[in-house]
Amino acid sequence: MKSSHKWVEQASLRGTEESALAKGLLVAIALGFCLVFLLVPLANVFAQALAKGWRYYWDALAHPDSWAAIRLTLLVAGISVPLNVLFGLAAAWAIAKFDFPGKSLLITLIDLPFSVSPVVAGLMFVVLFGRQGFLGPWLEEHELKVIFAVPGIVLATVFITFPFVARELLPVMQATGSEQEQAALTLGANGWQTFWHVTLPSVKWGLLYGIILCNARAMGEFGAVWVVSGHITGQTDTMPLRVEELYNEYNGAGAFAVASLLALLALLTLALKTLLEWRQARQYARAEKKVDGFES
Amino acid sequence: MSIELRNVTKTFGEITAVNQVSFSVREGELMALLSPSGGGKTTVLRMIAGLEMPTGGDIFIRGRRVNEVSVQRRNIGFVFQNYALFKNMNVSHNIAFGLKIKKWKRADIRGRIAELVGLFGLEGLERRYPHQLSGGQRQRVAIARALASKPSVLLLDEPFGAVDAKIREELREWLVRLHHDLNVTTIFVTHDQEEALEVANRIVILSRGALEQVGTPREVYDQPANEFVARFIGAMNILELEVRDGAAWAGELEFPAHGLAQGQKLRIGFRPYAVHISSDPTHYRYQAVLRHTFFLGVLLRVELELPSGLTIRARMTKEEYAQQGLADGKEVSFQIRHYRLLGKETAPLPPERELTYQAPPVLGENI
Repeated sequence: MKSSHKWVEQASLRGTEESALAKGLLVAIALGFCLVFLLVPLANVFAQALAKGWRYYWDALAHPDSWAAIRLTLLVAGISVPLNVLFGLAAAWAIAKFDFPGKSLLITLIDLPFSVSPVVAGLMFVVLFGRQGFLGPWLEEHELKVIFAVPGIVLATVFITFPFVARELLPVMQATGSEQEQAALTLGANGWQTFWHVTLPSVKWGLLYGIILCNARAMGEFGAVWVVSGHITGQTDTMPLRVEELYNEYNGAGAFAVASLLALLALLTLALKTLLEWRQARQYARAEKKVDGFES
Repeated sequence: MSIELRNVTKTFGEITAVNQVSFSVREGELMALLSPSGGGKTTVLRMIAGLEMPTGGDIFIRGRRVNEVSVQRRNIGFVFQNYALFKNMNVSHNIAFGLKIKKWKRADIRGRIAELVGLFGLEGLERRYPHQLSGGQRQRVAIARALASKPSVLLLDEPFGAVDAKIREELREWLVRLHHDLNVTTIFVTHDQEEALEVANRIVILSRGALEQVGTPREVYDQPANEFVARFIGAMNILELEVRDGAAWAGELEFPAHGLAQGQKLRIGFRPYAVHISSDPTHYRYQAVLRHTFFLGVLLRVELELPSGLTIRARMTKEEYAQQGLADGKEVSFQIRHYRLLGKETAPLPPERELTYQAPPVLGENI
């Protein structure tokens, strides 16, 4: 009797020992990978950017052409991110809550920008809006400039970042279902109130991730923008194009200075996300604590 | 009349979910909508709420036709099967939601929350979020939220479906007490006939979208309108009989022929409690072996196996069972006190018939 008990204990102990080893190995691999492929290059960007000192770093950023690139990037992201938030919400809502003909086609279309090379995407717009393009003569007649101008860059960016918000929201919305919204209706809320007070808060994490990804890509997109912008220095250069330009001019420190701004953006959004999650957790913990006091 | 449905029909494409259903609910009543799964009960409830539009027929709430009235303006409280609490809001905010939407004054909202929190035993949970509550607590929050703005009707979709058996029992009693205290007209949907019998003042029974019977628990149990109801509400033994030599037979069991000709068939049904059992194998007319005893609490269910191979179910109290000295495998005698003729599933049933047997003369006793 006693020996069999011991045997069981041993077996379970051996089981945990094995999994501890596997766990350690997996954690080591994951952390090592992150270190080599993510942290070291990132740290290197900042090291290179500051290689010639803060003074040089600042001057590189304050250069009129760099400054123009920064402003243009902010403008493009400022237009394309809200547009994609609107579109993403509408598309995810429609797909998650309704059945309609063409639903699977819409899901496929949302993924299209992922499956098309950014250069091809840029080229599509050149073919459509360029001087020799389909709408070229009409645009010229009305003195509208799309290609090699800001509108083209915005269009290409919207196209490229199209899937991010919708893709992040869709699973969250499908998982939530529509019962909470129906409950809001029975409590007297109209469509807008329901959306604002119930739907939006219930998908806020998905939306936030979507916006972060969308924004990072909108600011960082290179290929499609490169094709449509015609990279006119000081006019149609976004930050990634400016980085390339500086690098090609053998101005490594300058290139890394602009690049470090893009990298900083990633770190900032990450910090923001962590902060929001931490605040949410604290709010839950406080609600829990209050109760325990009452119950005992 | 608080709520009235007249010939309400709902189709989803080819499927008719609800077919020409009419019934009414009186002010202050606690009504059960009972049907097997897929019987159309939830669709009826959602149509009353305004979450579904009827394809045909009319719905009235307090005398007003509400077919075209939006869900927001029907003044109903709806409790969803999985409660559908707002995950991002704590208990207070969940309860206050409808009041804020309806632009109640802040002081009034605070007062109402305090009142409901007290009434529903939610003190101390006001700041908790739904995922920090137990199943029973969630349900109470959902009902408090639905009742906050004093609706004229409370609608509950499978209110006891999402909690485990023990809590379910408590919640049933709690709902009856709550209804007694508040006296708000309440309709709840269930597929559990025991639940409906125990909780409701009256029961609406549906099957495959059609109305089968409306009545008090006693009425639907004692006077089922048709075979469907008879079989759905409570247990029933069903026998196929054939007329031979002026009587109807199933194995060795004999019933009156009801004027049917030789060779004709009929079906009868009887409740397990209509079977009387004696441990004396000669006390009643028929003999059988007690095969299995199922313990149900105060009541026991026993299965009798007849020499012809027929199996019938009987029900008795624990005391009777002990008094008779019954046990599995014991030879017993029994008789059937009353039974019903059954026709087609949905045809009206004639009243129950009494069966009286003389105990067979015991031969040779005085020889």
